[in-house]
Amino acid sequence: MFRSLFALLRRDLTLALRRPQDALTVVGFFVVVVALFPLGIGPDPEFLRSLAPGVLWVAALLAVMLSLERLFSDDYRDGTLEQMLLVPEPLGLLVLTKTFAHWLITGLPLVLISPLLAVQLNLRADEIVMLMLALLLGTPILSLIGSIGAALTLGLRGGGVLIALLILPLYAPPLILGAGAVDAVMHGASAQAHLSLLGAMMVFALFATPWATAAAVRIMLD
Amino acid sequence: MTFESSGLADRKLRAVDLAAERGERRLFEHLHFSLSPGQLLQVSGRNGSGKTSLLRILSGLSRASEGDVFWGEERIQSIDGGTGSCLGYLGHHNALKEDLTAEENILIAVRLGGGSPDRDAALSMLERLGLAGYEDLPTRFLSQGQKRRVALARLLLQRRPLMILDEPYAALDVQVIDVLRSSIEGHLAQRGMIVITTHQAVDIDGDCHSLHLG
Repeated sequence: MFRSLFALLRRDLTLALRRPQDALTVVGFFVVVVALFPLGIGPDPEFLRSLAPGVLWVAALLAVMLSLERLFSDDYRDGTLEQMLLVPEPLGLLVLTKTFAHWLITGLPLVLISPLLAVQLNLRADEIVMLMLALLLGTPILSLIGSIGAALTLGLRGGGVLIALLILPLYAPPLILGAGAVDAVMHGASAQAHLSLLGAMMVFALFATPWATAAAVRIMLD
Repeated sequence: MTFESSGLADRKLRAVDLAAERGERRLFEHLHFSLSPGQLLQVSGRNGSGKTSLLRILSGLSRASEGDVFWGEERIQSIDGGTGSCLGYLGHHNALKEDLTAEENILIAVRLGGGSPDRDAALSMLERLGLAGYEDLPTRFLSQGQKRRVALARLLLQRRPLMILDEPYAALDVQVIDVLRSSIEGHLAQRGMIVITTHQAVDIDGDCHSLHLG
């Protein structure tokens, strides 16, 4: 079983390497959006610092959403998604594997580049560590929840905008908790509650969303 | 080798009282047939008569609005090990990743299907279908007919007892049609089953049945 899941993971990563611009545009979008904020609201370091958690999280969230449309649509168009329904593995696990690959390609680079942008917004070292930790727990949630929206909008015109409408409201909890964790450290409080809840949410999403996504894929391909 | 050794032998494919609809319109209803190992069913009918819908229902990709498809005694959607363990399906899409080479496309599909990839078998199948020298090219550089051949090579290498082919001859040249015909005859001789739709009349030696829709 793991052999075929591993084959799928390797396939998706190979495809991403052959077409690196897809992943790079997401990171580029994240960087540009965050870089625009100081230009818009002025260079006051303290003010920027107090806005930083929210700005970084909202930018990360939009960047992930930008990439969601491609999660299934390429496979849908060329027919490989249809063939995946015929693979003798549970569709939920295949979908989970694809979502994991999506996170490795988009979510993880965002986590890795976030310290650079955090410095730009005047965050301190311990706050940056917390930001990375929160993003590390939070971006998988974004990919997992997003996969439902990506599957539900397969083959629809204007799918990208529809994903945003469907998914953005569901991104509110990880946004509140993730930005809240960095805020807590900033004000000298403990962020443990935030992180615990984020972790719990990730575990729940890990178990619940693949089945919902698989059901949506089946319906859209019927 | 026949499919008897795989424990999937002597299972019949049965359609019981099938009906399908596409957007309020009834395509067909009260459709019964059964297909035994070594038999081929050619589905014919005009454009829009429901050939592709029937094939997708048979492969478990779509649900029939009425009736059921059985593989032996089991419903096709609830077979142990998944529908894909007993059938291979080639639809209108070739299901190739354009950025991967022909060889990679085939080997990945075999691995995904739970098989162990055999590079030599893949290369010799590609050669048989006239793609020698093209196995290292990303498939986006191949012509429509060549892509179809890669998809056929993948299907033939999956070696499932039941092959479901939707217009397999589309975009193929005469030589490849001959190769495909002999592959189909070989599959039937090994007690495999085939369901096929085509607009071209191709004579196939074997136990052939036909079904006309509409």
